Amino acid sequence: MSGARTDALIDIRDVQHAYRTADGPLPVLAGLDLWVREGGFTAVVGPSGCGKSTLTRLVAGLMKPDAGEVRLHGEPVRSPRATVGMAFQNPVLLEWRTILQNVLLPLEIVPTRLSTAQRDARARSLLSLVGLEGFEHKRPSELSGGMRQRASLCRALVHQPEVLILDEPFGALDAFTREDLWQLMHELKAREPFTAVLITHDLRESLFLADQVVVLSGRPARTQYVLDVPSDGPRELDELYTPESAAMLATLRDQIRIARQGEGTGGGDRERVVTGTDTASSTTSSDS
Amino acid sequence: MNARQVLVPVAAVLVFLGLWELLVWANGWPNYKMASPSDLPPAFEKHWQLFLTMGWQTLWRTVVGLLLAVVVGVALGMVMGFSRTLRDALYPLLVGFNAVPKATVVPIVALLFVGEHDFNTILIAFMISFFPIAVSVSIGLSTLEPEYRDILRSLGASKFTIFRKIALPKTLPEFFGALKVAVTLAFIGTNLMEIVSPHGRGLGALFDSGRTNADYPLMFAVLIALAFLGIVLYYVVVALERVFAGWAERAEVP
Repeated sequence: MSGARTDALIDIRDVQHAYRTADGPLPVLAGLDLWVREGGFTAVVGPSGCGKSTLTRLVAGLMKPDAGEVRLHGEPVRSPRATVGMAFQNPVLLEWRTILQNVLLPLEIVPTRLSTAQRDARARSLLSLVGLEGFEHKRPSELSGGMRQRASLCRALVHQPEVLILDEPFGALDAFTREDLWQLMHELKAREPFTAVLITHDLRESLFLADQVVVLSGRPARTQYVLDVPSDGPRELDELYTPESAAMLATLRDQIRIARQGEGTGGGDRERVVTGTDTASSTTSSDS
Repeated sequence: MNARQVLVPVAAVLVFLGLWELLVWANGWPNYKMASPSDLPPAFEKHWQLFLTMGWQTLWRTVVGLLLAVVVGVALGMVMGFSRTLRDALYPLLVGFNAVPKATVVPIVALLFVGEHDFNTILIAFMISFFPIAVSVSIGLSTLEPEYRDILRSLGASKFTIFRKIALPKTLPEFFGALKVAVTLAFIGTNLMEIVSPHGRGLGALFDSGRTNADYPLMFAVLIALAFLGIVLYYVVVALERVFAGWAERAEVP
């Protein structure tokens, strides 16, 4: 992990949260702890239903945790802020708008000093960056799933957010389209100054895109394991099959296995599980 | 609109009228049993001024009742779409209200507001047609995927902005679907009042006078006039739908 925690752009400290259901409180987060440096790319993996999406809503300020704190730039997040961009598994484009109008949507909400022409130019340049040049005036229903997801990424980035929250954005795509979009994320990362949190089920995806992979335990989720991906980690698809990558993937797979075994037995267990193959590149949770 | 879109419906109407004529002719029915299309032009000719004035009375009262239904229906739909509690509270009331046959409500309304014929007629047209609008708007709003809301909420948009930019346009296709149903219902409401509690106004009253005078072609002519008005109003709604919710129509796959 490069830099100190005090420099963290996103700092989530010991967050606990339970949903109120008819059968009583359902704890989803029990000691979530992670931080992301400015410009970093953190992937969060874990068993299904372990509270990963709750995490994105916390960072976006859409909800407040029962206990613990979520800070952006050291400031506690209490409400939504315009410096966040979101993309979900469902691209949720507005069917009554053209692709260009969809991408422009955040600029209609967020206070901006850009003129109409400048906004237009900004949206068009993003669209051409993701390969959607010529589709500006199409409706979402006229585009393929991969193209819609590209447009959704443009919308998430158009207002130059500090934080980009990606909640399984590639989960519903076919394997080839997904790999295309992984490459695209790297291109976007090189061009746009965002800090990203990616929720995913795909360990290869997490390794390919992130510089830090956080493994959550089963529900209620704690931070179980943090893997730092070295800066010379896989950035081309071929590099996912090197011995180093294979070792990191094995570590992550082990951690997921542990997380799934612990499911349902964890309860309020706050003890940190640190097991599995310790490769040179992996560290345990950062605040130890 | 191309020639095919005009010619096909016109041809269908002509075929329908031809079959009707044939049915009456083949059975040798006298016109007090069933009037045939050829009986209608004379009936229209004889009473055309009445058709114009009474058709207008029926039309404007139906439209006003419908507008009222849109306003109240959308308001109720919004309330039920945004608040679970109010939805749970209002649903049984609305369903019960809707289940009451409006023919039974007509005499009550007629007694309640004696002499207020226009008001009474509009009221019944409204009462019979607001329900589908309220239900469709509430369903449209309550089934809005949370991600849509989150996209705007995460940017700090107000509830009103979310409603205006997302919830409202997204509900438009459902709204227009319900409005098409409501149009015909409103006509039923207007005529119910005009026939059950006649007060000398509207096509319903004309129908009633045809009945008392045993002028059977007139009765059938009124039915045709009502059908015509219904078709006109329906296509007005279709045109509005094209303008405001045309995006929901999928382009034909080649």
